[in-house]
Amino acid sequence: MNQMLEVRNLSKIHGRGCPRCFDSTGPDMDTNICAHCGSVVAAHGVSFDLRAGEILGIMGESGSGKSTLVKTLFFDETPTVGEVLFFDGERQWDLFALNAAEQRWLRNHRFGMVYQNPHLGLNFKVSAGGNIAERLLMSDLSHYGEIRERARRLLARTEVLPERMDESPKKFSGGMQQRVQIAKALATQPPLLFLDEVTTGLDLSVQARILDLILEIQQELGTAMIVVTHDLGVIRLLAGRTIVMKYGRVIESGLTDQILEDPQHAYTQRLVASSL
Amino acid sequence: MNPGYELPQNEAGYSFGFLDEYAKREVRRTVLKAICIPGYQTPYASREMPMGRGFGTGGLQVTLSLVGPGDTVKVIDQGADDSVNAVNLRKFIELTCPHVDTTEHTRDATLIQSRHRVPEMPLTEAQVLVLQVPYPDPLVVVEPSEARRKTMHGEGDYSRLLTKLYEDIVQFDEITISHRYPTRINGHYVIDPSPIPRYDVPQLHQNRALILLGAGREKKIYAVPPYSQADPLAFDDVPFRTEDFTDEYGRRRACARCGAIDSFLDELIDDDGARIWQCSDSDYCNERLAAAGKQEVARA
Repeated sequence: MNQMLEVRNLSKIHGRGCPRCFDSTGPDMDTNICAHCGSVVAAHGVSFDLRAGEILGIMGESGSGKSTLVKTLFFDETPTVGEVLFFDGERQWDLFALNAAEQRWLRNHRFGMVYQNPHLGLNFKVSAGGNIAERLLMSDLSHYGEIRERARRLLARTEVLPERMDESPKKFSGGMQQRVQIAKALATQPPLLFLDEVTTGLDLSVQARILDLILEIQQELGTAMIVVTHDLGVIRLLAGRTIVMKYGRVIESGLTDQILEDPQHAYTQRLVASSL
Repeated sequence: MNPGYELPQNEAGYSFGFLDEYAKREVRRTVLKAICIPGYQTPYASREMPMGRGFGTGGLQVTLSLVGPGDTVKVIDQGADDSVNAVNLRKFIELTCPHVDTTEHTRDATLIQSRHRVPEMPLTEAQVLVLQVPYPDPLVVVEPSEARRKTMHGEGDYSRLLTKLYEDIVQFDEITISHRYPTRINGHYVIDPSPIPRYDVPQLHQNRALILLGAGREKKIYAVPPYSQADPLAFDDVPFRTEDFTDEYGRRRACARCGAIDSFLDELIDDDGARIWQCSDSDYCNERLAAAGKQEVARA
């Protein structure tokens, strides 16, 4: 399979940072707050590869830096150090060497993001259809009829009733809001999708249907995805490969089955044991 | 400043054109920059004027900086030369700019300061139109942070503005912006063309005159240089359209005074309580009446 994303040595420090930050944080020190300068090391030395059409799971407890990681890849945050290469057909992008306009272009055309909180991904002042239209308009589509038709098809695909496309997502249930977010993320048919805790806070049957939808989309469109979650069930169902994070470090990575059946790191062992 | 140049002062101690020479120079420099980057909202230090902000101080500062002896100034408010704002601004210019003529005729003017209208009569290359602007940024309806709006302008990111138009069509089958219609200048920056009706927006396109827009309270000057591209935002299949003046019989309404069927009309209630329509541009209406009068005299 083709390489899609190559993440090398990605680090993110919130705060001033000092030379001793990296040595004084991490799973071994049992903290991610630097004792010398008080900065929070959200991620350090994260490296992984993602291949086209693959689903990679990122697992870890709250504050382990997994959300920071995808937010950095989606340009919501800038990394402190690190390099990410994105392979897009013939082209190769060095994500953090791009200017703001190029980053915005990639964000709108080649990436999609589904946030845990729909307020981050959707504009509640406009209708569900308008949210999808916004993303289509960003990609320079300017035919009203076509925008409308594509928004309707996307919402139908994500099982939102097309009759409700002109309502504000404010009036939707949590599950429906997530579906609208997924439809919006898929609007420009991106080859890479980031899913940040998409099913957290939804009830089980709705969770199951959203996970089904995500799997179907991956089968249909061959979209590569990075799935961030603390839910082992989600990881087991979706991800082919998984990395486990703690205090901003990758402590274990490999095939999902392997990690869940034979966890090596003490933290992963505890995590797997606690869910059973 | 030119060392041989003496500050012209009248008895009251005011500079020519009320503003001091340094202020005028700054405005001129800003105007030059605005012309160089069509549609870009160039910041400038808007001066305190002896009138409330919002009464055309932005336009007035541009006018006073550009006007010189030999110029003829016309001031329009809502299309008319004789409404309060226009009269007061004209008087102020007469007071502070000796040897500058004022006129009510579009044809005779070299500098036209206007609020809410572009004159009906086509402008010439020798004329400058100054528009007073209350809100210079068209993105203000979708983004409250000015810093972010600047980035959006810089990157040409107007998708959220277009989303507003989309929502309008979904809700009302029509774009509901009646004036201040967002217009893209020279293919990049989208401007708020001041509260001119939609009817006047096509006039910005390839106009022979220089059009300057000054916002005093918001401290911005921007320009539509002569012969620039000006495209109102629209969708491919929902084109921009101007105000509709057809009556219930499908005919274009005519001005009740001069009979013009090619001008922007104001709807008025006459003494009998009936609705009538009249040219908004008073000079255009008067000129047409005068021409008709002459024809009648010639015929008799």
